[in-house]
Amino acid sequence: MRFSYFVLRRWLYSILVLFGLSILIFIIARMLPGDPARLALGPFALQEQVEHLRHVMGMDKPLPLQYWTYITGIFHGDFGLSFQTRRNVALDIAHYLPATVELVLMAIVWVLVLGVPLGVLAARYKDSWVDNLVRVMAFIGVAVPPFVVGLFLQLTFSYLLGILPTTGRLSLMTPAPPLRTGLLLLDSLIEGDFSALGDALKHIILPSFAIAMTGIGQIARLTRASMSDVANQDYIEASRGFGIPNRVIAFKYMLKPASIAPLTILGLTFASELSNAFLVETVFAWPGLAKYGIRAILRKDFNAVMGVVLIIGLAFVIVNLIVDILAGYVDPRIRIKHEEGE
Amino acid sequence: MEEKAILDIRDLHVWFRVYEGVSRVLDGVSLYVRGGEHVGLVGETGCGKTVAMKTAMGILRSPPALFPQGQVLLAGRDVLKAAPIELLRMKGKTISMIFQDPLSALNPVFTVGQQIFDVIRFGHRWIRDDGALTKTKVRGIAMEALTSVQLPDPRRILSLYPLELSGGMRQRVLIAMALVNRPRFLIADEPGSALDVTIQAQILSLLKSLVKEAGIAVLLITHDLGVVRETVERVYIMYAGRVVEEGQTVEIFDDPKHPYTQGLLSSVPRLTGEALAEGIPGTLSDYTEAPSGCRFHPRCPQAMEKCAQQKPPMVKVSTKQHVACYLYHGGGG
Repeated sequence: MRFSYFVLRRWLYSILVLFGLSILIFIIARMLPGDPARLALGPFALQEQVEHLRHVMGMDKPLPLQYWTYITGIFHGDFGLSFQTRRNVALDIAHYLPATVELVLMAIVWVLVLGVPLGVLAARYKDSWVDNLVRVMAFIGVAVPPFVVGLFLQLTFSYLLGILPTTGRLSLMTPAPPLRTGLLLLDSLIEGDFSALGDALKHIILPSFAIAMTGIGQIARLTRASMSDVANQDYIEASRGFGIPNRVIAFKYMLKPASIAPLTILGLTFASELSNAFLVETVFAWPGLAKYGIRAILRKDFNAVMGVVLIIGLAFVIVNLIVDILAGYVDPRIRIKHEEGE
Repeated sequence: MEEKAILDIRDLHVWFRVYEGVSRVLDGVSLYVRGGEHVGLVGETGCGKTVAMKTAMGILRSPPALFPQGQVLLAGRDVLKAAPIELLRMKGKTISMIFQDPLSALNPVFTVGQQIFDVIRFGHRWIRDDGALTKTKVRGIAMEALTSVQLPDPRRILSLYPLELSGGMRQRVLIAMALVNRPRFLIADEPGSALDVTIQAQILSLLKSLVKEAGIAVLLITHDLGVVRETVERVYIMYAGRVVEEGQTVEIFDDPKHPYTQGLLSSVPRLTGEALAEGIPGTLSDYTEAPSGCRFHPRCPQAMEKCAQQKPPMVKVSTKQHVACYLYHGGGG
């Protein structure tokens, strides 16, 4: 099957993109004004100490060589040392990444269980109050910055109603489940620890929803447009003419072609959720990679910044690859076009 | 009114609610098709042919469509009043249609097989005496149907997506789908008009032989007078949502009565003709503000005062020819 070549080629392109990204972020990190070694040691350190650190970090070598050392290190799992934590960045990432992954996955769940059905409803009851309500909600979701949504949610559900916690991933009194995947929901489920599961769920609802707002709005609007577009197609009329029951038309003959556009946009939704996470994690004191990354940027911890950027880039590449494969699976036009276009 | 009419449309009005008000697209259309009969419905684009057909199929969306008056009897049952399940039964057993554009009438994300299997499965529920429908049987019926429309290698075609087929092949697949449940009546909306002329000719002759063989009644909707002359026995001429003339094909072509029909026939370019075809001046009217009286009167070369005031009723001009024009109301009064 030639579609696999298409996927393979996308993979190769993606790897190139990651290389480009690594060079770009490397140069930016080194070009920025301010000496990371001086920042790490503080204003009172002696010039010799600073020089020594620069030497230890390899910063006295020419840039291409530094890049080479960095990139070969990555292949051995060495992302360089972080100035703030004094640990290898790889360890930090392993420590902080699962929290962010969990948050973003949860946000994707929100988008799918709220965005898609809202879009379908709006298309079904086009131009009615349901449609208008969904449209207004979608606009709000796209227009209001996610950290504002986060603050608003905290104010309403934590402060006024007092039913959901404000910050963190677990309550202080709840023992964390044994570390397996680092995703608390999954770990507590594997362990069968339902009190931890419930507690983790309570904590994740607000931040994940704040992150998902943009995506819910985008996907709802796109699903609506896509569904009503498909409803007007000749082939749907033809299906009705051939005596196919309405139920089968809606859930088979309409839903499949209508799902293509939202599906392809899902990769972008994922990207917007990741960027939303940067501020939302700070608002909710969520100990994730985005929060770690923000701190790294502010303190010019350039190994950490580069590590975070590369990991996020990798996640982005993987998600988009999955989306490509799914879209090719749903839409034969994509698949066949690439099979013929060789 | 005919005893054995399979389709009997009586004084059908179809309106559409649009932004500017109400668009009165069909304004009292009456026509019938008897069992086994081949009838043509002719008119220029936008005259309401397709609306009439979709109403007969029960697939016109309402709203925006409104049916203030009239009946559409399909094998004696009123389509406009039928319950959804009843409509499905009619589509499975009695009526089927061929759509105008084969390129857009097949769902692009399902294989030909998936689509035709569903048509068989949902149509077959209504045929009681045929026993249980197994997967192999459905497949067999589908292959047979594809073979009957002269598609080579039907097994392979079942596994292909529409965009892997040419326009002509897609049209054949659609014909196969339309006929697979052995309907008694077929509406064909400009079959093949989206294809090039040689393919269209092949499609039409194929269709002709298939319906003849199975004794299926056909309502052929077209603006192509050449096709009409070759294929149908009786013809209705439509203008702006009304039937203006009806009669045997031969009669209408030899002796058209209505000024619109005359204009229509004279606008056909002839190979032997000395000059270019004449055509009819003016354009089709706007349905929200349709002309009063006879809707053709603003373009009619023989318009009289009366024409603008009152809708002319159908009158009999010979045993089998009817026309809606005041020119034939007792010596042109």
